[in-house]
Amino acid sequence: MRTKNIILFSLISTFFLIFLISIWKILATLQGLSINSFNIEIIFIFGFLISLGHLGIGDRIKSIYKSIIFSSIFVFCDGYLIQKLPIWYNVGVFLILYFFTNKINKYTFIGLKEEHSTQVILFDFLTLFGILFFSFVILFPFYMMLVTSFKTQIALLVNPLDFSINFGQDIRDLFKSYFVIFKSYKFGKYIVTSTIVSVGTVIITLLFAIPAAYAVARLNFFGKTFLSTSILIIYMFPAIVLVIPLYTIFSQLGLRNSIEGLLIVYTATTLPVAIYMLQGYFKSIPKELEEAAILDKLSWFGIITKIIIPLSIPAISSVALYVFMIAWNEFLFSLMFLDNPNSFTLSRAIQYLSGDAETPRQYLMAGSVVVTLPVLFIFVYFEKYLVSGLTAGSVKG
Amino acid sequence: MNDILANTEKKTAYILTLPAVLLVFSIILFPIFANIWISFKEVELKDIRIPEPRAKKIVKSISDEPSKIKILYKLRNSSLIQEIRDVSFQDKFPKNFEIENLDPRCSYKKHNLKCEFGNWPAKYKENFQAIFATNDGSKIDKKNLKSIKPKLEGKSDNILLNTRFTLKNFKKVLFENEFVDLLLTTFYYTFFGTVGSIVFGILTAQMVNQKFYGRTFMRSVLLFPYVAPVVALAYTWELLLDPNSGTLNSLLLNYQIIETPINLLGQKYIEISILGFDFKLRLALTTVIMFEIWRYFPLAFLFILARLQAIPKELYEAADVDGASPFQKFFNITLPQITAVISILFMIRFIWNFNKFEDVFLLTGGASGTRTLPINVYQQGFAISDIGMGSAVSIVIVVLLLMFMFFYFKLLGKRVDEN
Repeated sequence: MRTKNIILFSLISTFFLIFLISIWKILATLQGLSINSFNIEIIFIFGFLISLGHLGIGDRIKSIYKSIIFSSIFVFCDGYLIQKLPIWYNVGVFLILYFFTNKINKYTFIGLKEEHSTQVILFDFLTLFGILFFSFVILFPFYMMLVTSFKTQIALLVNPLDFSINFGQDIRDLFKSYFVIFKSYKFGKYIVTSTIVSVGTVIITLLFAIPAAYAVARLNFFGKTFLSTSILIIYMFPAIVLVIPLYTIFSQLGLRNSIEGLLIVYTATTLPVAIYMLQGYFKSIPKELEEAAILDKLSWFGIITKIIIPLSIPAISSVALYVFMIAWNEFLFSLMFLDNPNSFTLSRAIQYLSGDAETPRQYLMAGSVVVTLPVLFIFVYFEKYLVSGLTAGSVKG
Repeated sequence: MNDILANTEKKTAYILTLPAVLLVFSIILFPIFANIWISFKEVELKDIRIPEPRAKKIVKSISDEPSKIKILYKLRNSSLIQEIRDVSFQDKFPKNFEIENLDPRCSYKKHNLKCEFGNWPAKYKENFQAIFATNDGSKIDKKNLKSIKPKLEGKSDNILLNTRFTLKNFKKVLFENEFVDLLLTTFYYTFFGTVGSIVFGILTAQMVNQKFYGRTFMRSVLLFPYVAPVVALAYTWELLLDPNSGTLNSLLLNYQIIETPINLLGQKYIEISILGFDFKLRLALTTVIMFEIWRYFPLAFLFILARLQAIPKELYEAADVDGASPFQKFFNITLPQITAVISILFMIRFIWNFNKFEDVFLLTGGASGTRTLPINVYQQGFAISDIGMGSAVSIVIVVLLLMFMFFYFKLLGKRVDEN
């Protein structure tokens, strides 16, 4: 039983180490180092020995010395004996090993004898593995987007794996792609259009949604239940089935290629969710406040502006941010309705850019960075509001 | 008294909801019904442009006579297929202008040139010319003359409004164009995309529900793919997966894992043999599903995490006392607690993935076996320019969607009854 646990523990931790080192090797390869093999067998043997050695030594040496010794041996073999690699790579490996040996520190001979200890170990390492795996899988495309935008087409043709950025060069050369897309491809203009459309959508949506949500939440009228259920059902209908009729109608009314046309469609598509989210919040506001206001002879306009809005700032902000995000990211309608480069939004402009096979990829990626950064920035900054908006409105997407 | 109050309440409610209701109904509900109308018609993209009478004004000075001027109007019917009836024409001139030759169809009163041109057939063209002279002999400002634009009006049939209907579109949609293949592709895409995103959602939610350093940061990072714009993400993936110089293929070649690059987005099938069985995997479709999972598992994660955090701690403590293992705890406590969320998520995501257009369109454009129903709407309507066909496919989508929703609400109703 005990030997089985020890072997299982060593195996699991070794696989975890292999995973860590592999990610580091991939990242190092993408910096232009010529690493042609993961040397999995060697990492495996080392990891296994380190895990066993750690259990064997136990408390006889202070854990910090133990970690340093193990790490140094590994670094010496991997980064010096097998293949000579630069210092920064070895420092990284050292830190990974140090992290790893610290992680396995809490497991001891005695701990391994306990019930379910292998499952506990498996669970612990799966969690760690999961965190790193998902971070890598999610952040890697974003990272590649960013670094590609700083490279040049020729450099990438010479070595498609060298994404190292030369910070020593002139700032104009470094940000060349950004200068080009702003100068030759008019991205400044597209940013303005996108901002106007998104902010406009937010404002109009709120103007329409707040009164409607208040009515649904508070007032009694014929057709109320019908309205609130139809809001949800309408919300489920996708943009793609609206596109052809809207395209024909907008063509005949001359609304294509206009910001007004986009504003109308975006507002209409975000209104149902905005009403749905707001009425839920309005219902939670105590009724007594309004009753007092009615005694003060306040009209519905007064009630909404003086009582409801000040009390529901958090809900309104999360609706606003959510609507902004949808409008900023929207692609289908901007593809259908805009074909004149003068009225493009950012998303449409990038798609247009990619339609030309001659466009260097770093321009495309620079454009992608430009369209992604504001959203990510807003998301990280206002995460609390946006997450509640996402959960409430996330039937859409 | 109460009646009056209730009445004012009703009135207020209608005033408050009317703008929103009108907008949503005209932009969302009306098009859905308009689809039914269009889908029974033979309409092409070029037919929907309303024919317009147009005139290009050219100002020419006449040599030796500075007080006279010749104005040429190039008149035409903008439509190549439709006639315009009762075309009327109007143009303004400065006060000192007198007309020299008046066309019988026209009249010149109060410095206004008015003409009735009658009916213009399709592709109609005419060069119409008028000569003017100033009555005080002053010099003519050509730029000013050119800046005044003539007004033209005419009546024409709107092809969308006539009552000629046909069943041809539905016949084509249902019996040609490999409809079964289309449905199957859509189903694969929807089903595996949904299941995959929920599985990853459960895994990540379970993970983030543990305590570790940097947990809040991890939670934001996990939501990145969902909040970032599709366009940027799709092109980044395309670059990563590119067969010629994409990062993934370069890496795999570099580590000698593969010998020739794999065209992950451009190859329809790939042959895989497992245990002696040969499988044909739909490669491009699988890649697109991967992207779909990558982009939407954060949503499942968010929902499931919220549910996990609401599970009472006592349940786990009791299980610890009973000596349950971590896996037993997961399968016997956690999983039953989140089944409700998972079933709702499954339905919602299923409906939304079924309708997904942008992701597939940006990655493959519907090529190499990734043509789903929404992509087909676009291809029929805009690539082949057959609006009627596109609408018919939209109707198919709407009908299937209504069926899903029917099941969904039935299921939801059942669940409410149970509680």
